[in-house]
Amino acid sequence: MAVSTPSPRSKPLELVCPAGNLPSLKTAVDHGADSVYIGFRDDTNARHFPGLNFDAKTAAQGIQYAHGKSRRVFVALNTFPQPDGWSRWQNAVDQAAELGVDAVIAADISVLDYACRRHPELPLHLSVQGSATNYEAIRFYHEQFGIRRVVLPRVLSLPQVKHVLENSPVGIEVFGFGGLCIMVEGRCLLSSYVTGESPNMCGVCSPAKAVRWEETANGLETRLGGLLIDRYAPGEPAGYPTLCKGRFTVADQTYYAIEEPTSLNTLELLPELQNMGIAAIKIEGRQRSPAYVTQVTKVWRAAIDACRRNPAAYLPKPEWLQELGKVSEGRQTTLGAYHRTWQ
Amino acid sequence: MTIHSPKLALGPVLYYWSKNQLLDFYQQMSGAPVDIIYLGEMVCSKRHSFNTGDWLELAVRLSAAGKEVVLSTMALLEAESELLTLRRLCENGRFTVEANDMGAVRLLAERNTPFVLGTGINVYNSRTLRVLAGLGARRWIMPVELSRQTLASIQMERPVGVETEVFVYGRMPLAYSARCFTARYHNLPKDDCQYRCLNDPEGLTLSTREGQAFLTLNGIQTQSAQTCNLLLELAALRELNIDVLRISPQAEGTGAVVSAFAASLHGERDPVTAAQALNAALPYGACNGYWHGQPGLRQATTEVM
Repeated sequence: MAVSTPSPRSKPLELVCPAGNLPSLKTAVDHGADSVYIGFRDDTNARHFPGLNFDAKTAAQGIQYAHGKSRRVFVALNTFPQPDGWSRWQNAVDQAAELGVDAVIAADISVLDYACRRHPELPLHLSVQGSATNYEAIRFYHEQFGIRRVVLPRVLSLPQVKHVLENSPVGIEVFGFGGLCIMVEGRCLLSSYVTGESPNMCGVCSPAKAVRWEETANGLETRLGGLLIDRYAPGEPAGYPTLCKGRFTVADQTYYAIEEPTSLNTLELLPELQNMGIAAIKIEGRQRSPAYVTQVTKVWRAAIDACRRNPAAYLPKPEWLQELGKVSEGRQTTLGAYHRTWQ
Repeated sequence: MTIHSPKLALGPVLYYWSKNQLLDFYQQMSGAPVDIIYLGEMVCSKRHSFNTGDWLELAVRLSAAGKEVVLSTMALLEAESELLTLRRLCENGRFTVEANDMGAVRLLAERNTPFVLGTGINVYNSRTLRVLAGLGARRWIMPVELSRQTLASIQMERPVGVETEVFVYGRMPLAYSARCFTARYHNLPKDDCQYRCLNDPEGLTLSTREGQAFLTLNGIQTQSAQTCNLLLELAALRELNIDVLRISPQAEGTGAVVSAFAASLHGERDPVTAAQALNAALPYGACNGYWHGQPGLRQATTEVM
């Protein structure tokens, strides 16, 4: 495909990496993340998993570490507070501002409204959970709450992303790699339908406490909230029973009716993303290990630099793909919605 | 004792029906005891039995038959053509519009037009509701995953002049995707879907490999397979001063559902026996788990008042 050289004025693509703890944050910074996003230790963020995330002390240490190396830290406060929990979100916004984070990534209007009124100097990004898939929605959040960036849901094709970008008043961040939501983020209730807990309400999807693994005469079975999500033949690699990634039956067919267990990988789209003027690439995976963060950050740093130097000659190196393949869910990757045929 | 009586609403048809099926359905509903009718395509812009002009024409007819008509807009807006339709609906100048995306909220607020917040908009607390009320929202529908308890808290702080609607009957909208699951089932690309969802006027049922049905595939939308039925909760809904009860249309039996709710509201039928009769006819059973703060697919036992 023909890709023109980016104009010298175009800003470099920012690499935004995940961190579920301090070692992950440090390794992300050490291996070339421009920004790292984190969450606090409660249901104010969409990775509310046991043993994960930052308290005030570790967050302060992480921010100091990153700022010491001129990198930025964002805090995700991207769940939807219910009336009885409001004080947690309010405290989290105040705490983020006090800590001097470089942006808060939020989804709910009450959180955005509070943050922009109480801390007008605190930059706001619209989380992917805010479900802004079109530029009218982005303009809404920009006009009402002064957001400076939007993270796009993983539902748009490349031409659609470009169209949104051309009409957006703020910078666009897209997902480049990691776990793949097939549903529009912020508008998926499948998890609470089966387990009582959803990303919007509780910051979890298909929570571990609702999971059961059982060896049976039929093979290894994985269950979520009692429902059979998948069954594996002997020797078949088994995956975590994320609700939308099981094998189900529709009429006469049993198949991955919603989505295969697969990861998003857009390494080969980098020249196009850079050329259209995307502001930042986000790596999914705050729940993953420091080893994952190291591996993925390294590869993406190298790829972004190579693409910036010479986009026309850019091709993902086989060893990059191999490294990413090792840490991908289901050990397979897809271009996701960016590529129309996947839809 | 409160004597508050909520109005009955018919939600937008979420499936793809033929033009004749839509015309027959709304002909029947124009004489049914519903106060409010939501009209329009909310799920997929490729569906074309009715174009925007047809919906507006139907809106005029139903309005003449005494119904309050609200125009529903799409939940997932991706293409410029979809924004064009959205603008046309927001600028219709006569009928209230139900926003199902923040893009719609922006367009309606810009025109100073009062609007309704539909199932596509996330309102999880009264602060959010207050901001949106300030922009012109005059009614909101509770996200289906919230509980009675959460609703009670929001009701206590509800802004003045904003009505509350609850999804009380139907297969609940649970998710939207870039992918069309109906086309996927038929092994067709989304761009050449051949409008196969026309063959399934109540969607495709998805089951576990143990045969437990739990979801309905409706193009890019995923719904519950179980039918939410809150008829048994009528007393609680009244007590919470809920203004509007929404029934989501199905291809079969919607007339009976509307009648059961209307008769129960008017004290002509016992809600318990009416609810039992409706539930007995459901292929995959009823559910009310969300209302009770449980997984949505559960059917919790309710204390009969």
